[in-house]
Amino acid sequence: MASANAAGHRLNMAGGGETVRWEPVIGLEIHAQLATRSKIFSGASTAYGAEPNTQACAVDLGLPGVLPVLNAEVVNMAILFGLAIDAHIAERSIFARKNYFYPDLPKGYQISQLDLPIVYGGHLDVTPEGAEKFTVGVTRAHLEEDAGKSLHEEFHGMTGIDLNRAGTPLIEIVSEPDMRSAVQAVAYMRKIHAIVRYLGICDGNMQEGSFRCDANVSVRPAGTTVLGTRAELKNLNSFRFVERAIDIEIERQIALLEAGGRVSQETRLYDESRDETRSMRSKEEAEDYRYFPDPDLLPVVISQDVIAAMRATLPEMPDARARRFMQQFDLGADLAGQLTASRALADFFEATLKAAGIDAKLTANWITGELAAHLNRHRLQLDACPLTAEMLAGLLIRIADGTVSNSSAKEAFAAMWAGEGSADSVIEARKLEQLSDTGALEQVVDDVLAANPSQVEQYLGGKSKVLGFLVGQVMKASGGKANPQQVGEIMKGKLVG
Amino acid sequence: MYEKSVTDLQRGLRAREFSSVELVESCLTRVEALNGRLNCLITVTPERALEQARAADKRFAAGDAGPLTGIPLLHKDIFCTRGVRTSCGSRMLDNFIAPYDATVVERLDAAGMCLLGKTNMDEFAMGSSTESSYYGPTRNPWDLERVPGGSSGGSAAAIAARLGPLATCTDTGGSIRQPAAMCGVTGIKPTYGRVSRYGMVAFASSLDQGGAMARSAEDAAFLLAAMSGFDERDSTSIDRGVEDYPAMLSQDIAGLRIGVPKEYFDQGLDSGVADRVREALAEFERRGAIISDISLPHAPLSIPTYYVVAPAECSSNLSRYDGVRFGHRAENPSDLLDMYKRSRSEGFGAEVKRRIMVGTYVLSAGYYDAYYLKAQKLRRRISEDFQKAFEHVDLIAGPTAPGVAFKIGEKTDDPVSMYLCDVYTTGVNLAGLPAASIPVGFSDGLPVGLHLIGDYFREGRLLNAAHQYQQITEWHRQMPRGIA
Repeated sequence: MASANAAGHRLNMAGGGETVRWEPVIGLEIHAQLATRSKIFSGASTAYGAEPNTQACAVDLGLPGVLPVLNAEVVNMAILFGLAIDAHIAERSIFARKNYFYPDLPKGYQISQLDLPIVYGGHLDVTPEGAEKFTVGVTRAHLEEDAGKSLHEEFHGMTGIDLNRAGTPLIEIVSEPDMRSAVQAVAYMRKIHAIVRYLGICDGNMQEGSFRCDANVSVRPAGTTVLGTRAELKNLNSFRFVERAIDIEIERQIALLEAGGRVSQETRLYDESRDETRSMRSKEEAEDYRYFPDPDLLPVVISQDVIAAMRATLPEMPDARARRFMQQFDLGADLAGQLTASRALADFFEATLKAAGIDAKLTANWITGELAAHLNRHRLQLDACPLTAEMLAGLLIRIADGTVSNSSAKEAFAAMWAGEGSADSVIEARKLEQLSDTGALEQVVDDVLAANPSQVEQYLGGKSKVLGFLVGQVMKASGGKANPQQVGEIMKGKLVG
Repeated sequence: MYEKSVTDLQRGLRAREFSSVELVESCLTRVEALNGRLNCLITVTPERALEQARAADKRFAAGDAGPLTGIPLLHKDIFCTRGVRTSCGSRMLDNFIAPYDATVVERLDAAGMCLLGKTNMDEFAMGSSTESSYYGPTRNPWDLERVPGGSSGGSAAAIAARLGPLATCTDTGGSIRQPAAMCGVTGIKPTYGRVSRYGMVAFASSLDQGGAMARSAEDAAFLLAAMSGFDERDSTSIDRGVEDYPAMLSQDIAGLRIGVPKEYFDQGLDSGVADRVREALAEFERRGAIISDISLPHAPLSIPTYYVVAPAECSSNLSRYDGVRFGHRAENPSDLLDMYKRSRSEGFGAEVKRRIMVGTYVLSAGYYDAYYLKAQKLRRRISEDFQKAFEHVDLIAGPTAPGVAFKIGEKTDDPVSMYLCDVYTTGVNLAGLPAASIPVGFSDGLPVGLHLIGDYFREGRLLNAAHQYQQITEWHRQMPRGIA
C-alpha cells in the first residue's frame, strides 16, 4: 500500500549500503469559495450552474473603465475563518494584482493578496481517525477572485469562455509544510472543510469546485531538516484524489531519488483515469506574475471592534462541540468526533436527542449507523435526508420503550425513509410491535421446544449454549417481533420447570 | 453665439433668448466647419446632442433646469459613453461601443448637458502632443503646424477654437494642464479621488484624474462642480462634500500666499515662458497676493519617478486588451499566443508598446525593488515636499510647461524630450494634488500657461485665484487668428 510508504516507514537501501528512511513533507493550499450572494468585486450573482456568461457584469468582463469595489461580506467571512483557527487578523491588508494572460482571466490579472494577507499565523490540531493528534500551522489565508472557465468541447477547435465564475470570492488557505503523510493531509483538509462549513462561509461542495486544493509534496531522508525539492499537485477536488495523488507523488519522488535522480521543481497534474501525476510546467517555465499593489482598491483596515463583533457571532467549533458531547452525553471520542464532523450532523443529533429525550448513546449510534449508511447508499447530504430529527426521535422512543425490537426498528426506519410515514404509523401498518403477550409467546415457545427435542435434551444435559439457538428459533417464528430477553426467561422457566 | 461664456449661455437659455437646440446647432455648424482642419474630434454625435438639447428645452419650459442644462459639451474619448464608440485614441478600441456610461457621463447627462462629440487624444492618454492618436494628430488652433499638447489635446484645441464651451479631460501626468497651456485655455485637474474614475479608461490608476477644460476659470468651475463627488463604484473616490466652486470665485485674494518653487525655473525653461509667468505673478501681487520663493527639493525626481509608476500600472491596466472579449482581434490567429501577440501588436501604437514594456520590466522579479519600490519611496518624498510647502503658502505657482507648442513631428523620435514636456506637472499627480493651468500671454505668438497648484481639496481656492486674475487680464479672451 502506498499509504504505508507515505507514512515514512519503509526502509530503503541507498548507495553505499546505508539505510535511508524517507520522510514525506506536505503542505496544502486550499481554495474555498466564499458563500456570498454576489461576487467579490461586483454585484453579479455567484449562483452556480447558470447559462454561460449570464452572470458576468461589466466589471467581471473587465470592460475598459470598470473598477472593482470590495464586497464587505468577504472580509467578515475571512475574519471568522481567522478567529476559528486562532490566527492573527491583519489590521491592514492590501490587494495585489497577479499579472498573467489567460483567456478566462478577463483583466489579464487576478486580484489577490500577496504581502499583507488578511489572515496569518493560525494553527489547527488534527486527529485522523485512529491515529495520533498533530498540529498544522496555517501560514496565511488571503482573499482573491476566481477566474472564469475555458470550455474546449463543442466549439470545433475553438475555445469557449464562460465568465460566470470570474470574480467569485475565494479564500486561499496556505498551510505550513507540517504534514507527513497523505492520510494527515486529508485529515487536515477535512478539518478545514468542516470549519468553513461550520462557519457557514463555504458550502464545501467539491463537485462544483467550491472547495479544492493544491498540494506541495517533497521527500527528505528522515531525521534531516532541510526540505527536499517540491512538486506542486494542482487542482485536487476530492478527498480521495488528494490522498491518492499525494501517495503516488511520494512514491514517484522516492523512486526517482533512489535511482540517483533529482526531483525537479514543477507543477504536476493528477490524472485520475491513469492514476498518475504528470508534469504541467517546470520552474524555468514558471511565470513571473509581477505582483504589485492594486491601485484601484484601498487597503482593508479592520478595527478591534469589528473583530470583537465577529468573535461574538462565532459558532461552537467542531473540537469544542466534540468535547462537550463527550462530557455532556458521555460519548466516546470517536463517536463524538463523527457526530461533529459537520455542523449539520451535530445539529441533527442534538435536535433528535432533544425531541426523543432518551439515551444519547442510542441516538448517536442510530445516527452514525443506520442514518449515515442510508445517506451513503443514496449519496445524499444530510439536508436532503427524508427523515427529520423529529421523525427519527419518534422511532428511537419506540425502541427505548420496548415497543419495537432493534431489528424491527431497522425495518421501520427503511419504511420511513421510503416515505411511509411516522414511526408510529409505520409500526402499526407493518405490525412491527414486539410480541409481549405472554400467552401468545408461551405458545410459540412450546411449539419450538416440541419441534427440537434433541436440542432440549442437550440443554438439559448441561449444554446451556443451546438456549441461544432455541431463542433464535422463537425469534424467527415470531418474525422478529418477540422480545428476546422475555423469550429467554419463558423458555428457561419451561425447561427447568 | 460661440463666444459666449457659460454664464452668458445660462442667462440666454433661461431668458429664452435662444433655445438649447439653436445653441447646439450653432456649435455643430462650427464643428463641421473646423474639425476637418483641427482633427480635434474623433466622433461627432449630432443626433445625441440635438436629442439632449430638445430634452433640455423641455426642462426650461418646465422650470426644471439646472446650471448646465442645455449647455453643449465635449467628452474626451476616454470616458465610456453608452452606444457611442469609446476609442481612447487607439486602433485597439476603434470598434468598441461602450455598453455603459462613465459616472462622469451619467452626471453630466443628468445635469442636462448636450454631447457634441468625443475629443481626440494621445493613444490611451499616453503622450504630450496628441500625435500618438490612431486617428491622426490634432492641430493647434494657434498654428496648425503645431501640436495642441496632450494627451487631452482634442479637448484643448476644441475649446480654443470655440467648438463648444466646455470639455471633459483627464490628467495622469499633465494631460489637462499642458494642452490647456499650449492652446491658451483654462484647465483644472482636481484632487485625486474628487472625480469618479468609473468608466474612464484606465492608464495609470493611482494618477489618473478627470477634470474640466473651458475658456475661463468661471466656466470650468461650473463643469467641475457637476463632475465631482463621491461615487461608490470607484473605491478611490473620496466621500466628502463638494464645494460650491462658482460661489467661491469672487472672494478677494488679498493676502493669498503664493509660493514659487525655484526648481520650476531651471535651465530647461524657455525664456519667453519664464517672462510671461513672472509677469502673471506680478499681476497677482498687484491684487494683493504675497509671492515668496520656496523649494521643492525632490521636484527634479518627478519625471523619473513618474516614468516608473505610470508605465508599471499601465502595463497591467492594458493587459485586458487581449482580443478575447472586445476590441481589436487579429485575423485568423493560428493559436492563442498568435492571437495575443498579433492583436496587441496591431492594436497598440509605438508609445503604448514602449510604456507596456517599460512597465513590465520595472515590475519583473529582480527589478521590482530597484525600480517600482524605489519609485514609491520617492513618490512619498515628492508628496512630503508639497505638504511642507503648504504649511507656509496657500498656492504654488510656476510655468505649466517648459516651452510653447512645438511643431508636429518635432519630438516624435525622441521620447525623452517628449516626456520632459511634463517636467512641472507630473509631481502634482504623484502627490494627488489639484492644479490648474491658465493662459497668461504669448511667447513667439503662442500661448503660455501659468501652473497653479493647491493643497488637497482646494479646487475652490484655485479657481478663485484664477478667476480673480482673469478679472483683470484679457489673455483668456484671446482667440486664435484665422478660425473666427
